[in-house]
Amino acid sequence: MCSLLRGEEMCLAQLFLQSGSAYDCINELGELGLVEFRDLNPGVNAFQRKHVNEIKKCEEMERILGKDILIFNIHMCYHHNYYCSYVHYHWVYVCVCSQEQLQRLEVELGEVTRNKEKLQRNLLELTEYTHMLRTTRNFVQRTSEVSYEEFPFLEKDTLMDYSSMQRLGAKLGFISGLIQRTKIEAFERMLWRVCKGYTILSYAEVEEYLEDPDTGEPTKSVVFLISYWGDQIGQKVKKICDCYHCHLYPYPSSNEERTDVVEGLRTRIQDLHTVLHRTDDYLKQVLMKASESVYTWVIQVKKMKAIYFILNLCSFDVTNKCLIAEVWCPVNDIPTLRRALEEGSRKSGATVPSFVNRIPTNDTPPTLIRTNKFTSGFQNIVDAYGVGNYREVNPAPFTIITFPFLFAVMFGDLGHGVIMALFALWMVLYENNRKLKNTRNEIWNTFFEGRYIILMMGLFSIYTGLIYNDCFSKSLNIFGSGWSVKAMFEAKVWKDADIRGNRVLTLDPNVTGVFRGPYPLGIDPIWNLASNRLTFLNSYKMKMSVILGVIHMSFGVILSTYNYLHFRKKHSLYLVFLPELLFLLCLFGYLVFMIFYKWLVFTAKDSRLAPSILIHFINMFLMQGDGVQPLYPGQTGLQVFLVVIAVLSVPVLLLGKPVYLYWLHNGSHRLGMYRGYERVRRNSEEELYLMRAHDMEEGSSHSDLSTSGERQTEEFDFADEFLHQAIHTIEYCLGCVSNTASYLRLWALSLAHAQLSEVLWTMVMRVGLRMDTSLGVFFLVPVFGLFAVLTVSILLVMEGLSAFLHALRLHWVEFQNKFYSGTGVKFCPFSFSLLPSSFEHDGLL
Amino acid sequence: MAELGFVIAMSVMTLFWGIIGGVVPWFIPKGPNRGVIVTMLVLTAVCCYLFWLIAILAQLNPLFGPSLSTDTIWYLNYHWP
Repeated sequence: MCSLLRGEEMCLAQLFLQSGSAYDCINELGELGLVEFRDLNPGVNAFQRKHVNEIKKCEEMERILGKDILIFNIHMCYHHNYYCSYVHYHWVYVCVCSQEQLQRLEVELGEVTRNKEKLQRNLLELTEYTHMLRTTRNFVQRTSEVSYEEFPFLEKDTLMDYSSMQRLGAKLGFISGLIQRTKIEAFERMLWRVCKGYTILSYAEVEEYLEDPDTGEPTKSVVFLISYWGDQIGQKVKKICDCYHCHLYPYPSSNEERTDVVEGLRTRIQDLHTVLHRTDDYLKQVLMKASESVYTWVIQVKKMKAIYFILNLCSFDVTNKCLIAEVWCPVNDIPTLRRALEEGSRKSGATVPSFVNRIPTNDTPPTLIRTNKFTSGFQNIVDAYGVGNYREVNPAPFTIITFPFLFAVMFGDLGHGVIMALFALWMVLYENNRKLKNTRNEIWNTFFEGRYIILMMGLFSIYTGLIYNDCFSKSLNIFGSGWSVKAMFEAKVWKDADIRGNRVLTLDPNVTGVFRGPYPLGIDPIWNLASNRLTFLNSYKMKMSVILGVIHMSFGVILSTYNYLHFRKKHSLYLVFLPELLFLLCLFGYLVFMIFYKWLVFTAKDSRLAPSILIHFINMFLMQGDGVQPLYPGQTGLQVFLVVIAVLSVPVLLLGKPVYLYWLHNGSHRLGMYRGYERVRRNSEEELYLMRAHDMEEGSSHSDLSTSGERQTEEFDFADEFLHQAIHTIEYCLGCVSNTASYLRLWALSLAHAQLSEVLWTMVMRVGLRMDTSLGVFFLVPVFGLFAVLTVSILLVMEGLSAFLHALRLHWVEFQNKFYSGTGVKFCPFSFSLLPSSFEHDGLL
Repeated sequence: MAELGFVIAMSVMTLFWGIIGGVVPWFIPKGPNRGVIVTMLVLTAVCCYLFWLIAILAQLNPLFGPSLSTDTIWYLNYHWP
């Protein structure tokens, strides 16, 4: 509780880090998130710092990994994408040290990719061969089979590598293969020019597209068959084929050979297909596994960058072997800090351990307030106004209840409160659901972060709705109304003729039996049916607002005593707190007393004599007590007494503190050692430390604006102090009046909410309920839908936000300016979990 | 009769919020959140009791009564006690 009320005690510490183990020690500290590093090289440019190159490399890696994640997320692809990723992994491997996994991955990927390319080339060759055999069979079928059977086959000439047969003493040779379609005409012309009719070329186009292994693009190919006479022609033809990059395949001598080859090819192609398929699957698996590690690499790179950034903030000591870092650390965490440094030293295997040393300082430490998931929402709304000064009273633990309460006073509807509480309860019960936590919708995140606040607001709204007796603008009659209409008839005040004659009649509480006592829980349900409802409610709510306001403000003034006592400013207790409290209570506390007095003392019998409190209040200031009837005997005397006290407390507030401090500073010269220390430059270390510690604890309060902790450099300036105190006095006294009036917004907003609710009921729902034909049933469904939509959007969202804002303003201005200064600095520890992620911004992680 | 109803309501509510604000805080187990929970209980009790008290005191001595339309009066005459 001490932490939430006041903030942790912090100290400045020096870390002496061995150069070799600096990286690991800071890694440990980053994991724990204990300390905040101070910049020891403030004069150095960002580009001249020691580790700027490493940071650049880290940013480069982040960029590449970001691109990689993009590739994986968009399409798990093959071929050149695989290869590109492979190249990236190699790069990252070089920079991120000791990644055995990455090395293995690199080797595997390389091998598999190379094998796959070889297999694909093989497959292409076989496919082309098959096409060629099929197409050339067609050529042969066109002519008659008989003629070729006559000629005896020569043996295959191994030198020339084509089959030939002899006819009429000259060899008949065949060359067959595939060529790209774009080149076939040029090929044909060249053949004609060179061989001059000693060759016959027949060709046919292949229907399907075959993939070119070099470019990877599908191309159309043409199967050709060249038959020629003579060896020399054969050599020329071969050379031309080479020139045009044809793929040549052996031409089968007979039909049986052809069918055998075709069979063999078909099996081989099938096998190759299977192998390629398996290779593809394997590649995909390997890269999937790698992609899982990509995210860990991203995090590692981020951590590296952060650690180098911190290393830039440290400085070297004289011997250049040891890094010095200055950190702000909570006093309670120093043992944990020591253990973390030992752990870091052990991990890096350093011989000399790193250690921590606490040093005295006169700088104001940053403020650390430890919160859990429930209190963090309320602490955030306090911090939005201003982070508290070091060890100043924190309004957050009180805000946990008063903020939802003031919201509920303005929102007060049972039905709406139930809906709001259920919505918040759903968010709280499913708060560990990842989808709810990690969306990127800003508005939803705002609602989700404040789920506990909304839950409290909903629960309090249920209670105030019960007291206001307002549930979707209808009242509940649980205990039976305190007003009786029958009694008016029994007392013969009303007769039947009256009912027929008049439109509206008023019950008279003076008649016996009409008013039977106040409704035990909240506002009587009969007021919901009355036409002068607002007359009663306005008076009730205005007085309620003033009462709540004065109590809230007094609470704020009383909280300032905590600060005065903690910072040992007892004089402020008597010279600032007491006059403030007296001023507030003598004037506005008396107003509250008058309100209660009138409620308790004046009954319906005296209704004609009932005084107006406002008139009495004004008369009190003007000291005119004779015009009106006194509320109670001795009223004028008491009021004069109170006004005199209030008026006297103003000069005490104005002059008391400056005069006292002036006297303290100049009056006693005997305390020379402490008071005159600003003139003495050289003191012993302990005395200086003690003085600084004392100054640090004195800190600053909300009124003590001129004399801050660093008193050793300035003398006590009476004029400055007096001016500040004068401003504070004027602000406080005028503020009392205006702030009390400001609390009337509690009345205004609750009135607006009730009226809107009633309008929605009368104009929307009642129209649907009044239709009594059978069509009315079907008409009611869309009417209810409209009612529900308007309720949620106008009454819950719009009114809810409005009441939230006004309750917030009441806290920030009217409550907190009584005691809170909020000019501190928040403690931002170095923690890996707090690092911003550019990947999350781009929606990649 | 009227007085009795008022006295009963007053004592029940005072007792209820008094227990919540004054007795339950002693039974909260010691832990890091004890201070916050005790503060919350006390503040809740004070705020809610005060709010209820203002509502009942404002109606204790009404200076005027509700003005009802004649339809409502006719209905209430027969249906309310």
